[in-house]
Amino acid sequence: MEPEKFYYDNKIVKQFALATIIWGVVALLYGLFAAFHIFLPNWGMHLEYFTFGRIRPIHTNAAIFAFVGNGIFTAVYYSMQRLLKTRMYSDLLSKIHLWGWQLIIVAAAITLSLGITISKEYAELEWPIDIAITVIWVIFGINMFGTLLKRRVSHIYVAIWFYIATWVTIAVLHIVNSFELPVSLFKSYPLFAGVQDALVQWWYGHNAVAFFLTTPYLGLMYYFIPKAANRPIYSYRLSIIHFWALIFLYIWAGPHHLLYSALPEWVQSLGIVFSIMLIAPSWGGMINGLLTLRGAWDKVREDPVLKLYVVAVTCYGMSTFEGPMMSLKWVNAISHFTDWTIGHVHIGVLGWNGFLTFGMLYWLIPRIFNTKLYSTKLANTHFWIATLGILFYAIPLYFAGITQASMWKQFTPEGFLVYPNFLETVTQILPMYHIRAFGGSLYYTGVLLWVYNLYKTMKAGSLVANEEAEAVPLPVQEKKSTSEGWHRFLERKPLLFLTASLIVILIGGMVEIIPTYFIKSNVPTIESVKPYTPLELLGRDVYVSEGCYNCHSQMIRPFRSETERYGEYSKGGEAVYNHPFQYGSKRTGPDLAREGVKSGKLYKPDSWHYNHMIDPQKINDKSIMPPYPWLAKKDINMRLTPKKIRVMQTLGVPYPEGYDKIANDDLMKQAKKISDGLSDEGIDVEPTRQIVALIAYLQRLGTDIIVDK
Amino acid sequence: MHAIVFLIIIGVIVAGGFLIAFIWAVKSGQYDDNYSPAVRILFDDDIPKKKKEEKENSKDTKQNNNNKPVNSL
Repeated sequence: MEPEKFYYDNKIVKQFALATIIWGVVALLYGLFAAFHIFLPNWGMHLEYFTFGRIRPIHTNAAIFAFVGNGIFTAVYYSMQRLLKTRMYSDLLSKIHLWGWQLIIVAAAITLSLGITISKEYAELEWPIDIAITVIWVIFGINMFGTLLKRRVSHIYVAIWFYIATWVTIAVLHIVNSFELPVSLFKSYPLFAGVQDALVQWWYGHNAVAFFLTTPYLGLMYYFIPKAANRPIYSYRLSIIHFWALIFLYIWAGPHHLLYSALPEWVQSLGIVFSIMLIAPSWGGMINGLLTLRGAWDKVREDPVLKLYVVAVTCYGMSTFEGPMMSLKWVNAISHFTDWTIGHVHIGVLGWNGFLTFGMLYWLIPRIFNTKLYSTKLANTHFWIATLGILFYAIPLYFAGITQASMWKQFTPEGFLVYPNFLETVTQILPMYHIRAFGGSLYYTGVLLWVYNLYKTMKAGSLVANEEAEAVPLPVQEKKSTSEGWHRFLERKPLLFLTASLIVILIGGMVEIIPTYFIKSNVPTIESVKPYTPLELLGRDVYVSEGCYNCHSQMIRPFRSETERYGEYSKGGEAVYNHPFQYGSKRTGPDLAREGVKSGKLYKPDSWHYNHMIDPQKINDKSIMPPYPWLAKKDINMRLTPKKIRVMQTLGVPYPEGYDKIANDDLMKQAKKISDGLSDEGIDVEPTRQIVALIAYLQRLGTDIIVDK
Repeated sequence: MHAIVFLIIIGVIVAGGFLIAFIWAVKSGQYDDNYSPAVRILFDDDIPKKKKEEKENSKDTKQNNNNKPVNSL
């Protein structure tokens, strides 16, 4: 058969590459901002849009979904066309995918800045954006599978398998973790509560790392490393084993994020076992990537692209060894809630994702612009600066994490905490935060060099928007060795479609059925646990909106060092009305799970909370908490109270029938009491202010099961 | 903890889907040849007649395959 002439779509590749670059600059800038903000609490200029609690979700979302996300799409759109010897299925779908994704990112940046969030880490976006993500993801899927169907190469290269797994799994994860009931356009409550919500969230959170930051980038590794080194992957067989083993193991490891929490013990153990098993395929992949360069190490010395890849793959190996270690209970007891975790994830994202992205674009941009890289020397400089940046970033955080955990756990011979004041354990590690910010600045400098170098390269060349290619259509190629396979594929197609649609239908069905079924399981198991009062509920929404969970956990683990410091450990039954859960994952400040217990170790009067929120440094000049003065100026939205109560009732929270009508009366009563109490101490504040609601919520925390004398 | 049951069901469905894909891949001969796919991806860049001859003796060693027709495989 005659070879067919066709054109690769390079324009879409260029556009996604540009998006990667632009969002990379933004995402890392926000990261840098957060790195300084954490020890300079007034860095946010007293503006609500720039407090750590709002910056951090923007940084993580931008880094994952904007920077790495567009990096994934660049790789997919470039490599799939070439691997399958065809143009993408539809130019229109490509365009919708591109612009739709960028719009979602912009919407995310705006809403998160405004404090519109559901507070589930890496899934903070509110429901309208969740729906938009689903739609765009489906469009991406159609485009991808369409391309697969019209391919001119029968064999599906391993990189594409990784892309497929990414698409399927992210679709499922996103949908399941986004079950939420809307209150208004910008507010919703998740379907699950407390520990169940936590389990669903970390099942998502872990797999977002697995299937958004790892599998697509492994696909990228399996394509771009062989291309850059111009030699085949070390072992194709190993890559196949790597893929299937990884896919089957990854999805079960999520519970390792909730060790020592109220999650049932056996689920925790299951998560640990799968986490440990993950070392095998992960290291198989790392070895495969590195050994591809066997006999080519002389090239690595010259070529910045290969250098970046070597460090990227090494970082992959380090994170995937460290991760399973951190999921061991006795390591987790130390590492959890500390900066160790932050160091760990940044080895992954800065090293693995960042360096692969840098390398990919250094290699890819000159190719589609039909020119040479502007400056290899500059790229080498970038490599060294960024590598140093990672070291200066991560090592201090390991140091900080272990130091702080040790201080939290240290007892005097008499059995008292050596550092009962949490702040002491924070000021101790501030120098580490300074070095981290320095490391981040180095890395960011490297990024700017990268952008400059790529910009100059693009200027020097001109885009080959439609690259001509030729390939023989499929059946002829099949005559070579796998002709039977091809026919079998045709035969199996209906079956394949049937299976796929069955899965879709099953998921669809569950979306409808599960809600009614699962609400019942949110029934309390502890008699004394009561729903929040309307004021507390609205205060909780303020807590969520300000992103307090980014620095304060609400999960006291059953260790003596924690019960001594914070009070009785957290029970699963206490959180049954918590839509969403607020366990948190990091303690930059102290745990707040027993904040409201009057006889507790952390109890503070209302006036303290007020003054502390307005100006934390006035209470403690070494405090690193940013001020929240607008809380005393902005009102809570009482119009939404009845609706919120009704939504909570639908979710199974036992407010009495018709309570939504009188909820605001109760709310005002409680608010007046607090504001009167405050005015007795010389603080004048309207009862409708957000700070009053927030104080009400904080004073409620942990009180349900503790009887105050 | 019905959420666990729920997640396990979802997990099994996803894993089941992948299992089917795996069986398909093996049976359809995707993995019969574990050598040439790795090599083949290196040969797919340019159409020889169209490309301006790039000087390959430059330092840029990544450039490849100028003289390997795509369809010779």
